[in-house]
Amino acid sequence: MAEAEFSTLVEVSLRVNGERVSRRVEARRHLIDFLRLDLGLTGSHAGCEHGVCGACTVRVDGEIVRGCLTLAAQLDGADVWTIEGLSDTGEVRDLQQAFVARNALQCGYCTPGMLATCADLLERSPAPSRAEIREHISGNYCRCTGYEAIIDAVETVAAARRAATGQVAIGQATIGETAE
Amino acid sequence: MSINLSALDRPNSYIGRTVPRPNAPRLAEGRGTYVDDITLPRMVHVAFYRSPHAHARIGRIDAEAALAVPGVLRVFTGRDIAAVCSPWVAVLAHLKGLKSAPQHAIAVDRATWAGEPVAAVVAESRAAAEDGLAVLEVEFEPLPVVAEMETALDPETPLIHPELGDNLAFRRVHEAGDPDGAMASAAAVVEATFHTGRHTGVCLEPRSILAAYNRAENQLTVHHSTQAPHMIQTVLAKHLDMPEGNVRVICGDVGGSYGIKVHVYPDEMATAAIAKIMGRPVKFVADRIESFSSDIHARDHRIKGRLGVDAEGRIVALEIDDLTGIGPYSVYPRTSAIEGNQVVNLCGGPYDFANYRARTTVVLQNKTPTCQYRAVGHPIACAVTEGLVDLAAEAIGMDPVEFRRRNLVRDDAYPYTSAANMRFEGLSHHQSLAKLVEMMDYDALRAEQARLREAGIYRGIGIASFIELTNPSPFMYGIGGARISAQDGCTVRLDPDGSVVALSGVTEQGQGTEAMLAQVVAEGVGVPVERVRIITGDTQVTPYGGGTWASRGAGIGGEAALQAGLALRANILEVAGAMLQAAPETLDVIDGEVVEKATGRARMPLGELGRIVYFRGDTLPKGLPREMVATRHYITSDYPFAFTNGIQASLVEVDVETGMVRLLKHWCVEDCGRVINPLLVDEQIRGGIVQGLGGALYEHCVYSEDGQLLTANMADYLVPMAAEMPDMVVAHVETPTKESLLGAKGAGEAGTAGAPAAVMNAINDALRPFRARVTAMPFTPERILAALGRIPERRF
Repeated sequence: MAEAEFSTLVEVSLRVNGERVSRRVEARRHLIDFLRLDLGLTGSHAGCEHGVCGACTVRVDGEIVRGCLTLAAQLDGADVWTIEGLSDTGEVRDLQQAFVARNALQCGYCTPGMLATCADLLERSPAPSRAEIREHISGNYCRCTGYEAIIDAVETVAAARRAATGQVAIGQATIGETAE
Repeated sequence: MSINLSALDRPNSYIGRTVPRPNAPRLAEGRGTYVDDITLPRMVHVAFYRSPHAHARIGRIDAEAALAVPGVLRVFTGRDIAAVCSPWVAVLAHLKGLKSAPQHAIAVDRATWAGEPVAAVVAESRAAAEDGLAVLEVEFEPLPVVAEMETALDPETPLIHPELGDNLAFRRVHEAGDPDGAMASAAAVVEATFHTGRHTGVCLEPRSILAAYNRAENQLTVHHSTQAPHMIQTVLAKHLDMPEGNVRVICGDVGGSYGIKVHVYPDEMATAAIAKIMGRPVKFVADRIESFSSDIHARDHRIKGRLGVDAEGRIVALEIDDLTGIGPYSVYPRTSAIEGNQVVNLCGGPYDFANYRARTTVVLQNKTPTCQYRAVGHPIACAVTEGLVDLAAEAIGMDPVEFRRRNLVRDDAYPYTSAANMRFEGLSHHQSLAKLVEMMDYDALRAEQARLREAGIYRGIGIASFIELTNPSPFMYGIGGARISAQDGCTVRLDPDGSVVALSGVTEQGQGTEAMLAQVVAEGVGVPVERVRIITGDTQVTPYGGGTWASRGAGIGGEAALQAGLALRANILEVAGAMLQAAPETLDVIDGEVVEKATGRARMPLGELGRIVYFRGDTLPKGLPREMVATRHYITSDYPFAFTNGIQASLVEVDVETGMVRLLKHWCVEDCGRVINPLLVDEQIRGGIVQGLGGALYEHCVYSEDGQLLTANMADYLVPMAAEMPDMVVAHVETPTKESLLGAKGAGEAGTAGAPAAVMNAINDALRPFRARVTAMPFTPERILAALGRIPERRF
């Protein structure tokens, strides 16, 4: 009995939101349950537990994954980021502010996963079309908004980020002129 | 009388202004508190063994193996729970003849649908409880299944509850004028049979409850994802045989509800009962499969309709025959007869005609129970009416917009009583139609449609006018005997620092209730909106109220909040008058300061007034009223309901080779009276439209002949996702209700009410060159290809 029990437990050491975490987890423990139940990171949500709704979307080693289709035991050495960490570092603050301003969230249950997916898109594609935004978030179910507000918010942030990058370039040019 | 908005430029005039939701940043950072986020000391988890059969006698339940699983603590049968939780029968006196059978929290002798709880396993974790379920042995003796609603009343069909005498739960016939005579004299009569597919809410947060019982105090505290905390408090107290005051329901963040979370669910009642038995906190969170098989379903209707028109294209008569299957029990306590009843009340609603006959037949069947879901009955009534209207327009060769122009109730005809006896205080169908036509550039779209048709591209334009029932009075449930509050209240309090706390009986489900309340209270008292904190969702704290249903939050909860805010302002001015040696009526509160009304000159910040009242009350005249708290309640009384109206249009492209429908654009003009927060109202409309589009195009609870749900996961049950949804143009006409100062009516269900009809009419408009037509939702590619005659028709 003790042997059988032992074989179902796996040691993992990983980084979650930049902090080192070591736990002994059941082999069947999904990442979403590991985050919520073992680490108290309740910002990520379980919606369907079969990989369709996207509510449990988190970032693992730079890629977005379904927390309900990933086993914690797979994550030894991994680098995991959840909404709590992405909020604390300010990485998605502009997206969050745009979501709030545009009312691109209502009940908020899909929002942490949606933000992770949107951040992933903007990292890959700084100027996505509306159709591209729709396509990229098409694995994230939102029952409340009808999606249009989310598309608007992402479009706004993409434009603002491009403008900010542009401003840096203009700023450099200005400095150059002054130097002349 | 309605509030004067000419003062909109005042610093704290928030009514009519887009203000961000105070609770949104918290949710966007993942710092919300949904029920499943709460952990209590000694908390255990319950999982339910659900009937695999649609109808079966429950035999021996052997718990031995389950109890041997590590972490499993207890196993409960129906009889165990029945000892502490009494059964319920969901009928209402005003729905004459409605019958249902006693329903237990856990089935006692018989399981009556696949998914009904038949046993419960309690364990230290949900995973351990599910391990216990896996080895729990339950014997069943399968019984004949009543799945098909069309034959539910046939003499050879077995009875689900023999003691009821038949499988008929409810029937209502309404007749006005002389429908037979009018039909006989009509220039044209069109008829069609419509099906609205059974579908469900698919809240992203599943139903969740955490019940904690304290034996020392006989106190039950329930954290619940619900729309109606006070109703749940009442129901728990009644069926667990406790004083109502000893039950507290707390509702924190709710991950979507849409009507799904306004009902009493057997598994949730069982969870509370188990908490009472075990004396410790018990959590139940439905997983997705049990959500599909145990959340209420809705809209399982077959409707035959006939519409007669005269030679000028005026509607002369409408006949409706509605049949709906509601599962084995009427759902407690709102009942499952309301939806069919609404179909009778709402068909033909936007139009001016006198001769009407409508019948609804509500039958029992061995499927998941159905009940009220967002826009209850409206999408059905609207689809039938608008489908028939388009058919009639076609029959007499009239443009559908012109046909509606001739038949919509005139904007100056109010008050107006419809053929279904619904009373309308003031609607704006024609203004809305005119705005829609202009907004979508209807003529240009028609020209483009004709041009593209030449090129073999089939686009369709569909229009749907609708009415929506909001701001319900006790005529909805209370008069039938249900302890469901139609009244709502708000308590507004000024704290020493000049900030304001408002407690309301309406609830937040993400729609923005708390933002709306903050705006209304800020304007009522005269403070910046960021100085108002809103508290909802705690029966021990807020005024007793109804919560969220029937689009009542803004119209009823908002009016109570406005009146409470104004009352507090009057109380503040009385104290300020004494302090400043001025007549209260010469003073006002603006932007958190007491000012001279005439000049606007600042006299005293509210923080200073608060300091004096709370800490130096000795300096005020003895006997001066100094109540810095005011409570007001509001109930509608002039009309049973405040109807709203609107009109939607859909532009689609149908691929006649694949049967795929592409949604190109959607428009909605709606009139919810006073718009308090334009952005929030627009997003309610958009979200509602997409929910309606889901039912029209994708969502379907498909059952096998033996009553098995075949679409019980999100891969098989399709919901609208971002890639398929259109952009939506939303506009408003504002006809405030004169019954309240605020003038607001509801907006939460309008989108869902009209969208399925608009998209159906658009698809059929696209298919018109092929003389093909679809009337059975969801309009899947298969059904469209079958209508086009490209593949054989299949029944489902």
